[in-house]
Amino acid sequence: MQRIGFVLLVLAALVVVLPILFVVGAIVVRGIGAVSWEFLSAMPRDGMKAGGILPAIVGTLLLTLGTALAAIPVGVGGAIYLSEYAADIWLTRAIRLAIINLAGIPSVVYGLFGLGLFVLFLQFGTSILAGSLTLAIMTLPIIISAAEEALRAVPTEFRTVSTSLGGTRWQGIRYIVLPQALPGIITGLILGLLRAAGETAPILFTVAAFFLPRLPHSPLDQTMALPYHLYVISTQVPGMPVDVQYGTALVLLALVLSMNVAATLIRSYYRRRRQW
Amino acid sequence: MEKKESFINQIGRARRAEFAIETLIRTLGFSSIGFVLLIFFFLLREGLPVFFEVRPGNLFSTQWYPTFDLYGTLPLILGSVLVTVTAVAIALPLGVATAVFVREVAPGWAREVLKPMIEVLAGIPSVVLGFFGMTLVAPLIRETLRVPTGLTAFTGALLLAYMALPTIISVAEDALDAVPKGYRDAALAMGATRWQTIWRVVVPAARSGIVTAVMLGMGRAIGETMAVMMVTGNAARMPLTADSLLRPVRTMTATIAAEMGEVAQGSVHYHALFGIGIVLFLLTFLINLAAASTIFKKRRRGGLR
Repeated sequence: MQRIGFVLLVLAALVVVLPILFVVGAIVVRGIGAVSWEFLSAMPRDGMKAGGILPAIVGTLLLTLGTALAAIPVGVGGAIYLSEYAADIWLTRAIRLAIINLAGIPSVVYGLFGLGLFVLFLQFGTSILAGSLTLAIMTLPIIISAAEEALRAVPTEFRTVSTSLGGTRWQGIRYIVLPQALPGIITGLILGLLRAAGETAPILFTVAAFFLPRLPHSPLDQTMALPYHLYVISTQVPGMPVDVQYGTALVLLALVLSMNVAATLIRSYYRRRRQW
Repeated sequence: MEKKESFINQIGRARRAEFAIETLIRTLGFSSIGFVLLIFFFLLREGLPVFFEVRPGNLFSTQWYPTFDLYGTLPLILGSVLVTVTAVAIALPLGVATAVFVREVAPGWAREVLKPMIEVLAGIPSVVLGFFGMTLVAPLIRETLRVPTGLTAFTGALLLAYMALPTIISVAEDALDAVPKGYRDAALAMGATRWQTIWRVVVPAARSGIVTAVMLGMGRAIGETMAVMMVTGNAARMPLTADSLLRPVRTMTATIAAEMGEVAQGSVHYHALFGIGIVLFLLTFLINLAAASTIFKKRRRGGLR
């Protein structure tokens, strides 16, 4: 009786896991043929049916960079506040509630917000700047939660010792706590940024150029981006060669999964070396 | 004398720096609240006009044809509900069973394999899953279920279920993990089998955490956009017939994503799409508020321990 139950549990886990293998496997197998040096380094030609996807790759990298620049100071600062300064009062609870809510807001609603605030109200236009800021606010809750957890994991004694040696609160944080928590914070940053790199909905109305076979000149330029490009060539362009679609999906998947792997490696490497 | 003064100056400077940095960090700490308010404000600013431009009878009718000034949101709301509820119905048993397996039953190596795989699933961009769904899942569904098109509510729900699974599994796992070891020992000592211990003691004790897991998964599912838009066929029809699951449907999120690119800024249609955004914002706000309240309650009791 119990054995049958356990077999069912194994089956459930397999039903969860096997499709993941299948998705990744199918995209790798079908996409690998399309990926060549030209595919990665050339401009799209013939209505995107030939050539490469360079502007989309560069666009996604620039958006991720912009997101990092905007989200890291605010996210890490917010986490330092919650872990080191905040007392357990209603205001702190309100901040936590706000973070939970930011994490739950649908990505397309972030897109609407970015359109309303950055594109139209602040008149950034559809641009890398507008998109990066939108994505930054979206990734904020991920970064704050991960960084706060990493900061809290640093033992209290570290802070006490710093204070007893005459360090101020900020010196203790800056020179003792932050360096110890850094690997955890970096892991959180990567996990947040990979989410930003893969998102489509927030950039639909804030950045994305349907077809723009040149590299962006300034932060106020439009750009193509990998996720949006995949959406466009798989739904909006009739007669698109399948291998180009799979190739694009593979490049995006490889980018995101390699960030994922990097985060996991950093985390496990420092967890093993940690001496407290 | 001069030396002493400069020492005092130094302390003064350090104090001022300390004060400046603390103010900065406090500001950054409060910024999350500011962002939530800012988002809500801009949704209201662009979306509220629709409630004055379109009669309520029209807004809550069953026809969404913006070109003919028909802004009935019911099919979109029901479409979102149908897809989300189906997705959760698929993901809940799978997710809880997987969490139980990982936490309670699986040997160490299986855990080491499963957890990174689930993280991979969480990392796959929704547009990639949508693409996969369009090209491989939809044809499969068309042929096995013999329906005219594979782009159905069910296809969307299936993809959504997998997108909600990582959330459900990890939160449910935390909940199981928080059940004190003493509960398990006591049950086993009284002669319960492992199976009975799991389902009659451990899982019930983790109940509130599992409810949280489901709510967070639901929040994730209702807000998901790209994958759903790519595989559900996007027909704004009322999903009220028995076969609705096997027919195209259109969700609120997909409507915004598909139509916002084509509307004139400031038009009624534009305001209507922001209006849908307000509804989505409030819905996810409520779902997350409910999930958060169980989390906070747990914290106040000092965990499940």
